[in-house]
Amino acid sequence: MLKDIQVGWFLAYRQVKRSSIWTTSLIVFIMTLTFLNLVMTSGILVGLIIGINQEFKTRLNGDLTVSPLDEKKQIEKTTEILSLIRSNPDVTVYSTRYIEGATLEAGYKTRKDADEPNKVGAPLVGINPVQEDAFGGLSGKMIEGRFLEAGDSNVVVLGKNLVEKYQADDSIPALKNVATGDKIRIKIGDNTKEYTIIGIIQAKADVISGRAYMAEGEFLKFTGAVNYDADEIGIKTTNDAAALALQRTLKENGYGQFAKIQTFEEGTPSFVKDIATLFGTLGNFFGSIGIVVASITLFIVVFINAVTRRKYIGILKGIGVSERSIEYAYVMQSFFYSVIGSGIGIAITYGLLVPFFLANPIDFPFSDGILVAPIDGTLIRMGILVFTAIVAGYIPAKMIVRQNTLNAILGR
Amino acid sequence: MITVRNLTKTFQEGELITKVLKGIDLDINTGEFVAIMGRSGAGKSTVLYQVSLLDHPTGGSIMIDDVEVTALSTTERTQYRLNNLGYVFQDYALIPELTAKENVALPLLMQGMSKDKAYKKAIEVLASIGLQDRADHLPAKLSGGQQQRVSIARAVAHEPKILFADEPTANLDSESGQMVMNLFQDLHKKGQTIVMVTHEEEYGKLADRIVRLSDGQVVQ
Repeated sequence: MLKDIQVGWFLAYRQVKRSSIWTTSLIVFIMTLTFLNLVMTSGILVGLIIGINQEFKTRLNGDLTVSPLDEKKQIEKTTEILSLIRSNPDVTVYSTRYIEGATLEAGYKTRKDADEPNKVGAPLVGINPVQEDAFGGLSGKMIEGRFLEAGDSNVVVLGKNLVEKYQADDSIPALKNVATGDKIRIKIGDNTKEYTIIGIIQAKADVISGRAYMAEGEFLKFTGAVNYDADEIGIKTTNDAAALALQRTLKENGYGQFAKIQTFEEGTPSFVKDIATLFGTLGNFFGSIGIVVASITLFIVVFINAVTRRKYIGILKGIGVSERSIEYAYVMQSFFYSVIGSGIGIAITYGLLVPFFLANPIDFPFSDGILVAPIDGTLIRMGILVFTAIVAGYIPAKMIVRQNTLNAILGR
Repeated sequence: MITVRNLTKTFQEGELITKVLKGIDLDINTGEFVAIMGRSGAGKSTVLYQVSLLDHPTGGSIMIDDVEVTALSTTERTQYRLNNLGYVFQDYALIPELTAKENVALPLLMQGMSKDKAYKKAIEVLASIGLQDRADHLPAKLSGGQQQRVSIARAVAHEPKILFADEPTANLDSESGQMVMNLFQDLHKKGQTIVMVTHEEEYGKLADRIVRLSDGQVVQ
C-alpha cells in the first residue's frame, strides 16, 4: 500500500511537473472557476439577505432594540431606560422614536367635492434629527430636499413609498402630485395640522421608506403627548458582546417587564431567517450543479489524458507497476489540480472579491448585496470540490488501468 | 528454465476465429540466449507475449522455474513480472515524463527500494551501457538508439531472471542495432537468460539458438 502510494506520487509529481503548462493551466482554471461558482452563487444569495439584515441593523434596529410589550402601545419607563442607556459606556449611539398612525392628505385645497381624496395612511415618526442621523445616516438617503434638523417645526419628511411618483406599482396607495415644498395635511386622531414637505427619503429598508418623519418636539406638541414614553429605541454598541451585556443589565434592572429588549438577531423575524436559509440552500443547489459540471469536465480531461496515455499505462503495468500505483498517480493529479484550483479560488475570493463587494455592494432594490464567504463554509466547499475531483479522476483512471495490458501496449 | 507445452492462442472477432498458436512446445534453459524467428504473422511475438506473461494463452502450460505461471492471478502476474522478468519493446516504451534515470529506477522503486538507492543503481546501470551523461535527459531528448539502451537498462536494472525483447532493433539504424545486440551479448555472457523476437537473420545468429515458427507452430 505505502509502496503503491510512493510510486503513485513519483509518477504523479513528474506527470504534473512535465506536462504541458497550457493543459495544467486549463485544468486549474476550470477548478478555480468551479470553486468560485460554488462560493459566489451561495455567497451572493446569502449576501443579499445579510445585506437586508445589515440595512435594518444600520439604519433602524441597531444592535439592541427596545420596543413596547405586545399588549402595550408604548415603552413604559422610557425615561429610566434611556438614562441607563446613556450611562453605558459601550453605547455608541442610540435613537428614540415616537410613532403614531396618521393620515396624510395632499391637494385638499384644490380638491372638488366629487374628487377622491388624495390621502394615504402611514406611521408618523417623531425623531431627534441629530440623534437619528447619527444613528442611521438618514440625511444621506434623501432623494429630494433635505433631512430634518434640530428645532424644525411645521415640516415633514416623507418616505418615498408614500409618494406616488416614486412608486413602481400604481395599486399601492400613495400621495399623488406631491414634491418638496408642497403642503400636506396630517391627521392623528382628532388633531389635524398642515405641514410642508421638506424632503423625501429612500432607504433600502422598506420600513424607513414607508414612514413620515418630523422632529420629536413638533411631534409631541402635535399629538399632545402626556408623557415621553417612546415607541422604539434603536441602540448601537461597540460590539455584540456589549449589546448582550446591556440587554442583561436592562433586564436585571427589571425593565424586561416594561418593554421588549431584543438583540438584532432575536428581533429578526423568523421569515427573514427562513429566507436566508432558503437562499443558502438555493446557492448550494446551484453550486452543486457547478460541481457536477466540473466533475464531468475533470472526468473527461482525466479520461482523455488516460486514453491518450493508455499505451504508457500498459507499459507501466507490463514492467510490474501495480494498478493501484497508476490509479493513485491519477488520483493525486486530480487532488493537485483541485487543491491548486481551490487555493487560487480562495485567494481570489478573500483577496479580491470579498473586499470588492464590500466596497462596491450589488445595488439590489432592497439591500446592498455583499459576498458572504465564511472561512468554514469556504473550506467545506473546497473539501467538496477536492473530493469530487478525486472521484472524477479515479473512475476514468480505473477504467483504463483495468484494460488488458498487452492491448494497451499494442494500442489494440 | 522455461517449459512451454502445447501452447495455443486463439483470437476471436465476431464469428471469425483465428488460431495464431497451434500447440507450441518449447524449452529454454537458464542462461540461454534464444532468438525466435519467423515470417510476419508466424506468431513469434504472440509466443513472446504469452511466455512473458503480458497475455493469457488460450490453452497449454508455461512453467518458469517450477512455477505454473498461467495459473497466476492478474496481481500475481504483475508481481511476477516485476520481480522476475524484464522487457525490451520494439518502440523503446519509455515513459515520456520520466528521465532516463527515473525510467530505469521505476521498477526498483516498485520493488520497494528507496529513491536514493534506486537512482544510484539506475546511474550504475546507465553507466554500464555508456549513458551516464544522459541520465537526466527525458526520452524525447535521446536518439532512438539511446532510448533503446535506456529501455534495456530499465529491463535489467532489477536483475530479472529472464529478459524478453520484442524486435529490439526493428526501429534502429544498423549501427544502433549492432550496439543493442552487443549489449545483449554482454548480458548473456554474464549469465542473463534472453528471449528475443527478431526478423533480422544477422542478429538472430548472435543467439545460442534460433527457434523458427511458421503458421503458429515451431518448425525448427
